[in-house]
Amino acid sequence: MIELSGITKSFNSGKANQFTAVDNVTLVINPKQITVFKGPSGSGKTSLLTMIGCMARPTSGRIFLRGVAAAVPFQQDGVEVVEITSLPERFLNDIRRSTFGFIFQQFNLVKGITVLENVMLPAYPTGEGRADFRARALKLLEQFDIVRLAGQRVELLSGGELQRVAIARALINNPSIIIADEPTAHLDSKLSQEFMTIVGCLKGEGKSVLIASHDPIVFDSLLVDSQVEMRDGAVVNSRSCR
Amino acid sequence: MKRAVERHLNILEFTLASLLRRKVKNLSLLTMYLLVIFMLASLVFFVTALKREAAMILNDAPDMVVQRLVAGRQDLVPAEYAAEITRIRGVTAVRPRLWGYYYDALNGANYTVMASDDPNTTSDKAAIGAGVAKVRNLAVGDLLPLISYDKAPLMLEIGTIFPSASDLIAADMIVISPRDFHQLFNFPSGQATDLAVSVRNAKELPTVAAKIAVQFPDSRPILKSEILRTYQSVFDWRGGMALLILASSLLSFIIFAWDKATGLSAEERKEIGILKSIGWETSDVLLLKFWEGIVISLTAFLLGVVLAYGHVFFLSAPLFAQVLKGWSVIYPNFKLVPVVNAYQLAVLFFLTVVPYTTATIIPCWRAATIDPDAAMRY
Repeated sequence: MIELSGITKSFNSGKANQFTAVDNVTLVINPKQITVFKGPSGSGKTSLLTMIGCMARPTSGRIFLRGVAAAVPFQQDGVEVVEITSLPERFLNDIRRSTFGFIFQQFNLVKGITVLENVMLPAYPTGEGRADFRARALKLLEQFDIVRLAGQRVELLSGGELQRVAIARALINNPSIIIADEPTAHLDSKLSQEFMTIVGCLKGEGKSVLIASHDPIVFDSLLVDSQVEMRDGAVVNSRSCR
Repeated sequence: MKRAVERHLNILEFTLASLLRRKVKNLSLLTMYLLVIFMLASLVFFVTALKREAAMILNDAPDMVVQRLVAGRQDLVPAEYAAEITRIRGVTAVRPRLWGYYYDALNGANYTVMASDDPNTTSDKAAIGAGVAKVRNLAVGDLLPLISYDKAPLMLEIGTIFPSASDLIAADMIVISPRDFHQLFNFPSGQATDLAVSVRNAKELPTVAAKIAVQFPDSRPILKSEILRTYQSVFDWRGGMALLILASSLLSFIIFAWDKATGLSAEERKEIGILKSIGWETSDVLLLKFWEGIVISLTAFLLGVVLAYGHVFFLSAPLFAQVLKGWSVIYPNFKLVPVVNAYQLAVLFFLTVVPYTTATIIPCWRAATIDPDAAMRY
């Protein structure tokens, strides 16, 4: 479970151009479910997800991971809660690497290298043996039916194939939470449906999926468990779809 | 420990894949880098080998050479000086030497002509260096015509051509009998060009030299160590001149390398952002850039040094020979004995590999410290 308590994110604090992207959000996100954050552009969806994913720190407020196996070196056995907002930078990196998998709006794949290398990229600095994560990457490519593209450079792929590579990359370190930011923004309806099917499979595997989207194919999907509606940085509606 | 090694290996592997993506940029950089290291290492190898060669040649040189000065210029030494110097305690032998220069107008070359010490040397015979044989197109048994001081021809039969191994000292040499020497130059008898003095104890050389200077105020004793020092200075000076010629290309390279190493393209910045967003730490990104710098600079360094070694010791440094050997018409044809000075190579390493690697890392430091969430907003 992810618990957000009074999360605020301001930019240019104390200056004339101060801007509050997320305003006092308190929320509970259930594990092993698909939670969709919907709302217009600039409503604070992406900012909220970056803070949950340990990419940025809130200006104020706390984020707790409950019952999530996060890689915190000093965490004692039996302690189930990790408060991530006050952790030093390097611990945040470890948590981000082991607990979260990210799927970006523009896919953010590295051009010039192969599909397989792109998928393995998050695993390179972990210190894990190459043979191990290579086997895992190939298995993921097989799972998403793109193993034939393993040796191909990413710039030669279609939109749907890019999407699958990005998902495979997000899963390489076996994270328990997947964060997807506007994942269907560059996909047609068919590919968007396909994406939701894959997300459904991930949920079936016990992963929590957090999606920021204003695409009806995503937030109206029957696979979605909860919807959080945002506007002007605040949560205006939060409901379970079950 | 194993994880740390694996981390380095993994990032190094990605570095290689990453370098291959920008083939043109990195290959052009590598080529320039390689060229500069090659030139510098060739210069270092060549000058060091020449200095060693000169030192080896001087091993057989006399302990001291005594010249005579008249009005500040070298003049002939009377033979009786030799007899007087022999009587100084510690002197084992004094050998009057006859030698001079002969200008060959036909080829524009200067030969060094020496009278042989060997009493069995017959008149009308000559031993010549390979350089002389080449420019005059001569073989053993041919006649070498020289023009005497009075324009009368002196015909000498070639008895020996010195082997190429002795080319560094003998390339421009003609050795003839003392009688022919006197006839060629109208050299006065009872005189010598200089005196070669041998001393039993090398530590006594300065004392013997001081005694000679007192006894013959017009003499100039020159110690072997002084000649060696002059050779070293000459080759250092020549090396410095060559370095000066290279300076402009060096400077161009530094500007080029600095630009390439420090300038991060928008794509590279975006890539760093992506790496950070998928869990790479700042230190991981810096490690990646460190390996990039090391791979390029170390490859250039090792290849450049190996190529320079082949250029100098197998091909006799055709690119530097004319600048560094110092002959105008007759260039000695010889193979240098390989000498590698570890200190000079270490200096070359620290002046090339270290600055480049540092220059690669610093701009990435700034890019790598961006917040990982920046990638979410591309």
